[in-house]
Amino acid sequence: MLTRREALLGTVLTAAAVATVGAMPAVANAKDVAGLPREKVTLVPPPFVHAHDQVAKGGPKVVEFTMTIEEKPMIIDADGTQLNAMTYNGSVPGPLMVVHEGDYLELTLINPETNTLAHNIDFHAATGALGGGELTLVNPGEQVTLRFKATRSGTFVYHCAPGGSMIPWHVVSGMSGAVMVLPRDGLKDDKGKPVHYDRIYYIGENDFYIPRDEKGQFKKYESAGDNYDDTMKVMRGLIPTHVVFNGKAGSLTGDNAMKAKVGETILIVHSQANRDTRPHLIGGHGDFVWEQGKFANPPAKDLETWFIRGGSAGAALYTFLQPGIYAYVNHNLIEAVELGASAHFTVEGNWDDDLMMQVEAPKAIAS
Amino acid sequence: MSFDPVFTFGTIGAAALIGMGIAHALDDGSLALTQPIAASELVILGPGSFDHPQAGEFLKENHPVAAPVVQEIIEAPLEIMKYQVSVLDYGRCVADGACKSADTRKIGNIPVTGVSHIDAEAYATWLSARTGEVWRLPTDVEWAYAAGERFRGDIEGGEDDPNNPARRWLAQYRTETSLGRKPDPEPRAQAAFGINSKGLADVAGNVWEWTSTCFVHTTMASDGVKVASSIDNCGVHAVEGFHRTYMSNFIRDGKSGGCAVGTPPDNLGFRLVRDRTSLVQAALRRLGFS
Repeated sequence: MLTRREALLGTVLTAAAVATVGAMPAVANAKDVAGLPREKVTLVPPPFVHAHDQVAKGGPKVVEFTMTIEEKPMIIDADGTQLNAMTYNGSVPGPLMVVHEGDYLELTLINPETNTLAHNIDFHAATGALGGGELTLVNPGEQVTLRFKATRSGTFVYHCAPGGSMIPWHVVSGMSGAVMVLPRDGLKDDKGKPVHYDRIYYIGENDFYIPRDEKGQFKKYESAGDNYDDTMKVMRGLIPTHVVFNGKAGSLTGDNAMKAKVGETILIVHSQANRDTRPHLIGGHGDFVWEQGKFANPPAKDLETWFIRGGSAGAALYTFLQPGIYAYVNHNLIEAVELGASAHFTVEGNWDDDLMMQVEAPKAIAS
Repeated sequence: MSFDPVFTFGTIGAAALIGMGIAHALDDGSLALTQPIAASELVILGPGSFDHPQAGEFLKENHPVAAPVVQEIIEAPLEIMKYQVSVLDYGRCVADGACKSADTRKIGNIPVTGVSHIDAEAYATWLSARTGEVWRLPTDVEWAYAAGERFRGDIEGGEDDPNNPARRWLAQYRTETSLGRKPDPEPRAQAAFGINSKGLADVAGNVWEWTSTCFVHTTMASDGVKVASSIDNCGVHAVEGFHRTYMSNFIRDGKSGGCAVGTPPDNLGFRLVRDRTSLVQAALRRLGFS
């Protein structure tokens, strides 16, 4: 029989034991964790995701990440509208971090002294201390390291939460991202059968609230602090001026359109830290969708549009069956087309006439 | 084969010469009463012919095909504004109550933008009334003739693969992407985009121009040359610039008038042609000839 300690250390694990780690009422102390293998991961900017195993190899480990907070102006639309962005690791959204259930996620958060504000991080995947927010507040010139155990599988938002009105302001300035905690034995369909993805894309959706001048033009500010009063007024109206994927209207189109091939299965992780959204793949579907993003629940099948609650991340698995250009949108089409929440997939492969064909091209109406 | 004798008089003097010469010689008296407004600088292009990919969408045997290229002939000299209609010029029409205010935030000697096809037509009607001349939007063919080397036409996806329509969509998307045009929304001072070989300023800059050519769905005969049938949609007109695209008449902001994919025009504006042929006909009619 396994001792808890052996299970946690992954010394004599069987696959069955691995699967039950999350459910065991084990309490590891710091010394136990110290004995675990450690893995250092370099994060990559969205929509890409760092290399990871879909099925865990071996037992739990400590996965180390480092993120540097960057306050910097970013352009958020084709008109050159500027956001005084606050970013995790320089991107909006912050990068997706992938671990397995039972792993420990260890983040070093750096707030360089070139920044002007204090920041922290609240992991929805973590338990206690306001998601870690209470233990991670760093002033410019400081860094902090937090470790939490990934006890629940699924996709989870993280965001800055430095208290009071600073919380929504930092979030709508770009400070959010997501964590994906995979089951140790990987994803499963509604019947419990393993499913795999060939590609993964992480789409973070942001709502921005840019103040306008008396002529209706978007205002530009020297620094984040300068825009606070004006921005709060727009925020309190609850109507965003921009709703975008990956930090900017059009950022996932053209050269940056996401790619796939017919027959490939993709996993799209979609997060929104602040506001409800409803992703839809135009011309495609969600074969298996974890709307709430939590992999312990069976996925819904064959969805046309799925609902991502503000403050959560969901995941949709889809195998492309037809080549072409697909638009991936927030299916509030006003937000998609007018406010910016549209992305594209270019999908190469052979056309299937059985699934669709134009029987007759447009012509004059037969009289 | 195409030849293209071009006579360019890109000066106010030339415009005034034309205006005083032919127009007034045929005047029946009513024009003399019209207070001349600031004369638009015109470029006069001599007759010529050129090969031109037709506007609209083309089908052959139920499949999309590239627009057929047809030799077009410009018979009479083409008199076209050297510059796009400016904020200042358009403002006069607004002041006269004949045009709706443009969705332009700028003032001065820059092209008017934020105007629809309807606005452009209203301006042409007003300018014609004010000058006693016939001003109208250029056709797609006229615009292409005047655009010369800066004419691009539609961004094509090439021949359709009957077994895989997606190839054409992907090819078109790739072509468009490879052109690498970045959004450039801020209108600039007139002539900021230079003068083309025909003497026109700002062709294919960041202001797309309305034309009088309706969107058309054309089905080609099986020979690929003759037109079997075509259906016009004059609620949509060709707009020209960096590329040719098609917009509903009421659209003032090209960015919101397009489809889910594709390069949207940065801005919508226009320039006009002065139609001497129509003017002669109108004058002759007034004189009792037909």
